[in-house]
Amino acid sequence: MDAQDKLYTETMKGFWRENPVFVQLLGLCPALAVTNSAINGLAMGGATAFVLLGSSILVSLFRNLIPKQVRITSFIIIIATFVTVADLSLQALLPAVHKELGAFIALIVVNCLILGRQEAFASRNRFPYAVGDAVGMAVGFTFALVLVGGIREVLGNGSLFGFSLFGESFEPWVIMILPPGGFLTLGVLLIIFAQVKKSRDKRSALEAGKEAA
Amino acid sequence: MGDFFWIFASAAVINNFTLSYFLGLCPFFGVSKKIDTAFRLGLANIFVLLITSVCAWFLNNYILPHADYLRLMTFIVVIASSVQFVEMAIKKLSPALFRALGLFLPLITTNCAILGLALFQTNRGYTFLQGIVYALGAGVGLTLALVLMAGVREESELSEVPDVLQGAAMSFLIAGILSMAFMGFAGLFSGT
Repeated sequence: MDAQDKLYTETMKGFWRENPVFVQLLGLCPALAVTNSAINGLAMGGATAFVLLGSSILVSLFRNLIPKQVRITSFIIIIATFVTVADLSLQALLPAVHKELGAFIALIVVNCLILGRQEAFASRNRFPYAVGDAVGMAVGFTFALVLVGGIREVLGNGSLFGFSLFGESFEPWVIMILPPGGFLTLGVLLIIFAQVKKSRDKRSALEAGKEAA
Repeated sequence: MGDFFWIFASAAVINNFTLSYFLGLCPFFGVSKKIDTAFRLGLANIFVLLITSVCAWFLNNYILPHADYLRLMTFIVVIASSVQFVEMAIKKLSPALFRALGLFLPLITTNCAILGLALFQTNRGYTFLQGIVYALGAGVGLTLALVLMAGVREESELSEVPDVLQGAAMSFLIAGILSMAFMGFAGLFSGT
């Protein structure tokens, strides 16, 4: 596989095949805690993307300088630095969003997705691949957050990105924007994905059987 | 005293860390297959939360006023290392307790519930005692959620579950229903 192809696969895998939330079940705390509306999901996804990209670049560049024994601690400190930057910048630039997300911006530090990517990928691969991997994972994560947030907002508030969809007569399903709605939405999404995967596997098994025959 | 009671009740059931703040979900889904393990993980959690609360209070009052922007980094490093120290001390002093808490201790340190507690405590400006009560309440709440979840999952092992529902999907649905049940506690606060 040449370099271009490898870069492409490393980037694309995060979108769907190894989607951090739906497939790897990583980074669930923010994925559920702040996704009571699509816009919050987008903001959280953006902040996480910034931290993930920043730390992947730094870890990948310094991967030969960081001693193996203290690598986890070093990763955490690098991540914490970027989170502090994101936290303070959001507070200054978008105070409304910062207020809405509250302590969960700071909690990006302990998002297992970010530390997991540093340990499993960025510390072992060259700079361009680490960037590709980080971009893919970040986009996949943001997509998952916006999807969950969008579903919860439409059902629980009758709006999407703050625009009302159904008019006055809509009776909101309030439970969806409260905590239980997060668990239920993600549970139902996982069921749908499992069903899609099952039927696709069955179809490809059938086709393989036909070719063999 | 009423104050302490409300802090405890609020952290333990009304704003349960796992079921309404979504903190500490990894162990909640990962280590909730057996009631016994879940309970021991809960105990270890209470323990680490108490240490965290003390550390965070100390840092907030004596160190961080000079360098506010270093809060996150200091919290992470100090909490992780003090848990390691306490772990070593326990190993020496009480091997029985060490076996009970086991390898959960180092894992818990990177749990979002721990850092979450330190941050919430800071945001609300709790005093030393209030912080300890808050940590205790949060720990009891986590243990409660873990044990309940493990209980439901032990039962569901015995029943027939459709293919697509197996694994993570069903855990999420169970958690959603538990979370709904815990919402009922919100009524406790209506008087105040």
